[in-house]
Amino acid sequence: MAPVIANTDPDVLLRIEGVSKIFDGVVKAVDNVSLSVSKGEIFALVGSSGCGKSTLLRMLAGFETPTSGRIYLSGQDITDLTPYQRPVNMMFQSYALFPHLSVWENVAFGLRRDGLRKAELAERVDAMLSLVQLSKYGKRKPHQLSGGQQQRVALARSLAKRPTLLLLDEPLGALDKKLRESTQFELVNIIEQVGVTCVLVTHDQEEAMTMASHIAVMDEGYFLQVGTPDEVYEVPNSRLVASFIGNVNIFEGKVDEDEPDHITVRCPECTHYVGHGISGVPGMNVGVALRPEKIQLSAQKPNKAHNWCEGEVVEIAYFGAHTTYHIKLDTGMNLKVQQANLTRKTADDLTWGDRVFAHWTRDAMVVLTE
Amino acid sequence: MKNLFGRSWLIAVFIFLYIPIVTLVVYSFNDSRLSTVWTGFTFKWYVDAAHDQELIDGLIISLKLAFMSGTLSVIFGTFTAFVLVRYGRFKGRGMLASMANAPLVMPDVIVGISLLLMLVAMQKWLGFPERGIGTILLGHALIGTSFATVVIISRLREIDHHLEEAAMDLGCKPFQVFALVTLPLIASALVSAFLLTFTLSFDDVVIAAFLSGPGSTTLPLVIFSRARLGLDPSINAVATVIIVVVSVGVIASSLYQLRAGRRRQREVAEAYAQVKN
Amino acid sequence: MMFKSILPRIHGLFTVRNLVIAVPMVWLFALAAAPLLLVLDISLAHMNITSVSSLWHWADDELTLKFNFGNYLYLGDDSLYFKTYLSSLKFAAVTTLYCLVLGYPFAYFIARAPAHLRSVMLMLVMLPFWTSFLLRIYAWKALLADNGVVNQGLAELGLVTSPLHMMHTSFSLTIGMVYAYLPFMVLPLYATLVKLDGRMLEAAADLGASPFKTFWLVTVPLTKRGIIAGSLLVFIPAFGEYVIPELLGGPRTLMIARVLWDEFFSNNDWPMASAVTIVMILLILVPMALFNRYNDETKLGDKS
Repeated sequence: MAPVIANTDPDVLLRIEGVSKIFDGVVKAVDNVSLSVSKGEIFALVGSSGCGKSTLLRMLAGFETPTSGRIYLSGQDITDLTPYQRPVNMMFQSYALFPHLSVWENVAFGLRRDGLRKAELAERVDAMLSLVQLSKYGKRKPHQLSGGQQQRVALARSLAKRPTLLLLDEPLGALDKKLRESTQFELVNIIEQVGVTCVLVTHDQEEAMTMASHIAVMDEGYFLQVGTPDEVYEVPNSRLVASFIGNVNIFEGKVDEDEPDHITVRCPECTHYVGHGISGVPGMNVGVALRPEKIQLSAQKPNKAHNWCEGEVVEIAYFGAHTTYHIKLDTGMNLKVQQANLTRKTADDLTWGDRVFAHWTRDAMVVLTE
Repeated sequence: MKNLFGRSWLIAVFIFLYIPIVTLVVYSFNDSRLSTVWTGFTFKWYVDAAHDQELIDGLIISLKLAFMSGTLSVIFGTFTAFVLVRYGRFKGRGMLASMANAPLVMPDVIVGISLLLMLVAMQKWLGFPERGIGTILLGHALIGTSFATVVIISRLREIDHHLEEAAMDLGCKPFQVFALVTLPLIASALVSAFLLTFTLSFDDVVIAAFLSGPGSTTLPLVIFSRARLGLDPSINAVATVIIVVVSVGVIASSLYQLRAGRRRQREVAEAYAQVKN
Repeated sequence: MMFKSILPRIHGLFTVRNLVIAVPMVWLFALAAAPLLLVLDISLAHMNITSVSSLWHWADDELTLKFNFGNYLYLGDDSLYFKTYLSSLKFAAVTTLYCLVLGYPFAYFIARAPAHLRSVMLMLVMLPFWTSFLLRIYAWKALLADNGVVNQGLAELGLVTSPLHMMHTSFSLTIGMVYAYLPFMVLPLYATLVKLDGRMLEAAADLGASPFKTFWLVTVPLTKRGIIAGSLLVFIPAFGEYVIPELLGGPRTLMIARVLWDEFFSNNDWPMASAVTIVMILLILVPMALFNRYNDETKLGDKS
């Protein structure tokens, strides 16, 4: 796949050019990636385990050197610099707080290496602690803090030196679900308050989409797609990306009509009428991606020629706020539909075995050629 | 039933382990020269031992030697452990690991004879070293290094290696990482290693026998030569003193560790309780 | 991994990393490896009246190696040496076996005991280890002598009419060896036993295995590592033990370390002693390689 380059903003802070990392001459952990991150933005690298995102992050931090390619920070080539020479700081997944030092000393650690004057150092550390709301906990040791508190210390410590680039390695990975939600917002608030540019790595796409302004979906060492969260979600560029982020239904079919303002795709299940043109030819094989929440269900047959199909309810999963239905279509395809529970449950609600019609608008789908 | 079986087995083996120790202590107070027939309670063997110049000289030499051996062992053990755990692959790694492992099980006589032959050859070609405390020290330090390495490696493995990365990320050069982060965290292992190698050195007979020279007769050598000849109650007296000192030390350190462990558990529990409220 | 790639590269060979590796390497080589090479060298040399001639001969711009296998041939010929090696192996094996039989249940019951009792018992096991080994062996002399404590006790109880002769026999040697080496067996065993997940035993019981079967089919195989480590930790040094045979053994208990000692100190025949040493090393080479393999402390992998 061709390397994907994100926005070429003049306000670029971090530039990665053609970086690869090969272990032991065989294992290609990172495969020729390039990317730009603008000043002040939060950039997320998403992917499942082993996709290379952590390796890439470590190369930004300096713990690994790229086998090929260069990394530029503020225009300066930092590829060969050691971690302690870079104006980059990292927050580790395990927090890596020094167990033999107090919270205060942990945060002060990096500042001491810079040789700050005593008064200035104290001021900075206190400011950091109050930023994460742990001012009263300065004297405690890490094991005397809860998981969430430890995370805040780790954040304070990584921000203390006012780094040019902040790296977050699975920042919410160690927290339980409830805590994760509130921490997400807190984290973003603090980062934006400080104004530091941030690259974060996560396997949780929800985390990436809520926190970041741009995300890169990674798989097997290279970028599948780079864009804003809604771009990646609503306009995936391939089946891989479409199915990685969120849930999706993919219909396989052939292009029938190909006009500048619309195309139709004939699939075994139904015929799609897509409200925009694509660069393709009639007869071409394409996939049509349709998100579950964009589908409506009704008991009556819709009054239109395209964009509907019929099936039987085979599975209902109740999530409280929304319900997911699995509709088995006549061709055997399993259609996932998600509906918000706007009203409470009634006796008229859909149940297992019901025949139902699923329909959607002409702007609900994305045509995939890869 | 298993409970009863288990208990009796445990008790039986503990008795087996402790009978010699108890006998040593009991008979150090025995009035009789033939130290197995009890004739009366006395402190005279302790008095004798306290005035026994050979024993005292031996004790001083052994203490000095053990201290130096412990120190050297910990220093070289730390190097070896660090290199084996943190440096990944390098040429000669297998050899280093084997050389560090071998003295753990190698019979002392082999270590003793090989070192002695080397020292004699060195003396022939270079004119030094003379045999004495320094040469015994080499033998003890070699074996000590192996034991220290094992102790330190096991502690090094426990430490989250991200801590050292974090230190570098925050601006520490490699040596600073070692001094400010690694060293404090392995400190307890260094102490254990020191105590272990100190004891091994203090206890050793064979290496000292091979590598000693005039004026470097260690306490075990003195005891050994006397023990070969027969039973001597002053030895019991010395033994009892050593047993008491060691017991106090072991019990004290166990209590300390127990209390420290409990305190830590309490602190962690408190941290989580507070967050809930 | 990280120290490898991020240390600044100064002068290729003399990087900080290489210097740090060199320290223990030189130290251990000088004290552990080099002397053994020297022993090999001397074992193949001649013994003159006052000095040992090396196997390396430099004369007329020629370097010749003269291998004198005389010492080894003598070893092979002399049946006494052969018997002694065999006897040493036997005693080491017997000691290992007794230590295992005594030590395994011992370690097992400690590992299964409630936590607070466990630490006390461990401390009690370690305590003898920290007190002088020599003195504890010496104590057995007093215990097993003809007029010693054991005999006195037996006489008091009316179990014997004349004292049992126990000293300087295979019996006294074996007791002393087992006594001295028991902690070395117990500790590795305990280490693996304590890591044993009790739930596996519960699972076995749940699937219908009797306690006996569970022990042999589940517990023992899972603690294989500890058994091997403990056995090697006893067998190899026991083979070359000197002090215990000297104090508790007798003229009939042949142990190779005593032979070595005599050869060295009494006969002053260094090449002979060296040959004896080399053969000793050859005999324990396989167990030592096994130990090296099972001592996963120093292994690569999981290195950080």
